Amino acid sequence: MKSIPVSTTINGDPYEFLCAPDETLLDVLRNRLGLTGAKEGCGTGDCGACSVTLNGRLVCSCLVLGAEAGGAEITTIEGMADGDELHPLQRHFIDGAALQCGVCTPGILVAAKALLDKNPDPTDEELRYWLAGNLCRCTGYDKIIRAVQAAAAEMRGA
Amino acid sequence: MAFDEYQKREFKQVGKRVRRPDGVDKVTGRAMYGADATAPGMLWARILRSPHAHARIRSIDTSAAMALKGVRAVLTGADLPDQEDVFIRDVQNNCMAKDKVLYDGHAVAAVAAVDIATAKAALKLIKVDYEILPHVTDVDKAMAPGAPVVLDGRSLESVPAGMSANVTEHAEFGHGDLGAGFAKADMVLERSYKTPTAHQGYIEPHAALASVTSDGKAELWCCTQGQFYVRTLCAAIMGMEASQLRVTASEIGGGFGGKTTVFIEPVALALARKAGRPVKLVMNRDEVFRATGPTVHSSMDVKIGMTKDGRITAAEAKLRYSGGAFPSGTHSFGAQAAFAAYDLAAVRSYSWNVLTNRPKEAAYRAPGAPQAIYAVEATIDELCQHFGLDPLDVRLKNAARKGTKSSYGPTFPDIGLVATLEAAKAHPHYSAPLEPGQGRGISCGFWFNFGGNSCVSLNINTDGTVGVTEGNPDIGGSRASISLMAAEELGIDYDRVRTIVADTSSLGYNDVTDGSRVTFAVGLATIKAARDAVRVMCERAAKIWGIDADAVEWKDGAAVPAGPNAGKFPPMTLAEIAAVSFETGGPIAGHHEVNVDGAGVSFGVHIVDIEVDKETGATKVLRYTVFQDAGKAVHPSYVEGQMQGGAVQGIGWALNEEYIYGEDGRLQNPTFLDYRVPVASDLPMIDTVILEIPNPGHPYGVRGVGETGIVPPLAAITNAVCRSAGVRMHELPMSPPRVLKALSA
Repeated sequence: MKSIPVSTTINGDPYEFLCAPDETLLDVLRNRLGLTGAKEGCGTGDCGACSVTLNGRLVCSCLVLGAEAGGAEITTIEGMADGDELHPLQRHFIDGAALQCGVCTPGILVAAKALLDKNPDPTDEELRYWLAGNLCRCTGYDKIIRAVQAAAAEMRGA
Repeated sequence: MAFDEYQKREFKQVGKRVRRPDGVDKVTGRAMYGADATAPGMLWARILRSPHAHARIRSIDTSAAMALKGVRAVLTGADLPDQEDVFIRDVQNNCMAKDKVLYDGHAVAAVAAVDIATAKAALKLIKVDYEILPHVTDVDKAMAPGAPVVLDGRSLESVPAGMSANVTEHAEFGHGDLGAGFAKADMVLERSYKTPTAHQGYIEPHAALASVTSDGKAELWCCTQGQFYVRTLCAAIMGMEASQLRVTASEIGGGFGGKTTVFIEPVALALARKAGRPVKLVMNRDEVFRATGPTVHSSMDVKIGMTKDGRITAAEAKLRYSGGAFPSGTHSFGAQAAFAAYDLAAVRSYSWNVLTNRPKEAAYRAPGAPQAIYAVEATIDELCQHFGLDPLDVRLKNAARKGTKSSYGPTFPDIGLVATLEAAKAHPHYSAPLEPGQGRGISCGFWFNFGGNSCVSLNINTDGTVGVTEGNPDIGGSRASISLMAAEELGIDYDRVRTIVADTSSLGYNDVTDGSRVTFAVGLATIKAARDAVRVMCERAAKIWGIDADAVEWKDGAAVPAGPNAGKFPPMTLAEIAAVSFETGGPIAGHHEVNVDGAGVSFGVHIVDIEVDKETGATKVLRYTVFQDAGKAVHPSYVEGQMQGGAVQGIGWALNEEYIYGEDGRLQNPTFLDYRVPVASDLPMIDTVILEIPNPGHPYGVRGVGETGIVPPLAAITNAVCRSAGVRMHELPMSPPRVLKALSA
């Protein structure tokens, strides 16, 4: 299969890469571009560990082809902090012990930010349904829900 | 002595909810997990797996795969040595089948190629000629006469004569006169239960990056709960000396017991040796479900006698566990744990391990205990209902306490069960009113907790900071808890301590991160390493002051003269002593190496409110409270996290999670879509109440907290479902179809 040249923008930076027609965006990010923050937990869109946004939309990057990234704006966990300044979600996840092993954390942070960008004041129920596509096996979600709500409250106040 | 370590003290660091040292890396995507590493010239590997539950391998033709451009190595069982040691042989054969495949997903060959696509293409060119054999995937069927034999000749002497060749082990625990006990009961209830295979469901699939050079040295990077044990197993399989194989544990994306052994690591090493290049091997989710180490599945009979005022007069359990295709000892944990919560005059538990054509089980959070305790706690609840007794009162009436001779032998020292039950009884949750159709259930839980081999180095840096080197992968915040204990003992602030997890060439042997042992046992070794460093620092101060080392003591982070006779000197802080260490004898360090005894058992009690939707059979968890004895909670947030995470894994096991095998012996649901773990929208907040009954076996009173939490949900939810829907379920999971079936029966 002939590789496809792709030009795209990731976390505000321009990227160019070649990928196979059947290669996922997740594999491109991880194996070609060195952006290993997105994780492969299932490869079937069930766990959300590979969550990124594509033109502002939350997607599982394991279900998107690398070739589909052409001309798109992608954000990944690597682009969430502003230099050394952590995003409030990131800060509250650390302060609230909302991660244990941490492997689902990048995907959950990306997903939670995508919700707060649209809905800065979600109910717990809205938040739980929004995050239902992001599996966490360590925490039981309790501290994740609390951390996202604490970050949301801080962001609304700011 | 193991149980005289504890000394009461006022804590200054321990008990604080500090930020974990690996937090920033983990929220920014910088943390390096198993699949995140690369090496120059690296090849990608894939594994070919059996589609059959049980078959003899007549031949494997790898010539076409080998001829494919870009393929650099192909491996089959024939490439691996014949192992004399039976245990190592089992581990190796589980990683790569030799003569027979024993379960759907069993590895038969592996390929290393220049990229994943080529490796996948090569797998399709490998021709395996199978002679399909009859299979058995159910524990009761595997025990029956005439069942297909998974492995012959593996029964230990403890197995009674005349049983199926699939029965490999038997254990028995207990004391007292069962007949006399049952005769005293007002009611003797006998019930049978079944639990399915569940998977740990860690989000990170197994991953390994191996490199073997022509001079016989090897490097292995992998996600594991125990890099030293990985070294032991891989060195044996590869025929290497331990010193030549350096294993580095990556950050670990969950384990829960499932990453306590090897599956792909020896395969990656063998491919790397064959190819002469580094090899990366990462499982996909399908492989994780089919070919790693889920739990045993079980079939159990419980018989309990009770008086009408709630005293248990005798109790008996028969536990038939299947740990899959290779012998497993987990049945014995079940038999020991079954009645651990109770002070009983007559008690007996019997257990058997049975081979089936399923993947070999690995540990999963309190391995073996959830099944047995589920059966016991559900039977006790049914007796409570029969006599109209309060289920917490009945537990309190029969609870084990200090001095109780436990059902598995030892006499308990200070334990926290009664305090935990009393806390549950007094909690507002237990007395909160329920709406019609809602049900409340409770259950006790128990885990032994482990100690084990632990080795810690603690270095005092010249700027007054401290580095702790320990050897256990940080699965849920243990670097923070170890730093807290070091800071406490040294009398300095938490922020001055950094704890790192060493590779196998940098530290002595540490047992696997399992048995809830790390905060307890590695913590104990850390405290003693700090005391060793304190001893050196006192010697240095004595040298500077020109007095005897015996005349110096350590107080609030500084050396001070011990009493007025020692002389008058201003305190020398850790930083001051460290700053001049090069002039007083050189670098300062403390060490401690120990096989830790004195782990304190951990009891928990869970209260759950649920509602069963009688139209769909779906069970909604409405409210959940976990009570657990932590000993001393070193980092309360991560203690709560263990209690919450364990409870939710138990909720999943109770309501949805199960391995479903078809008639063909193939696993039908090896995806997260069909093996449904709890998601955020399934759950309420999980409230926690930490009890702190000090473990006499730890200087600060720490017990393990990681495992007990998964035990109570199975029975607590069963008991709640009965009170909500009016049906008593005896099999897990209580998935909607199964509940509907019970409702219509």
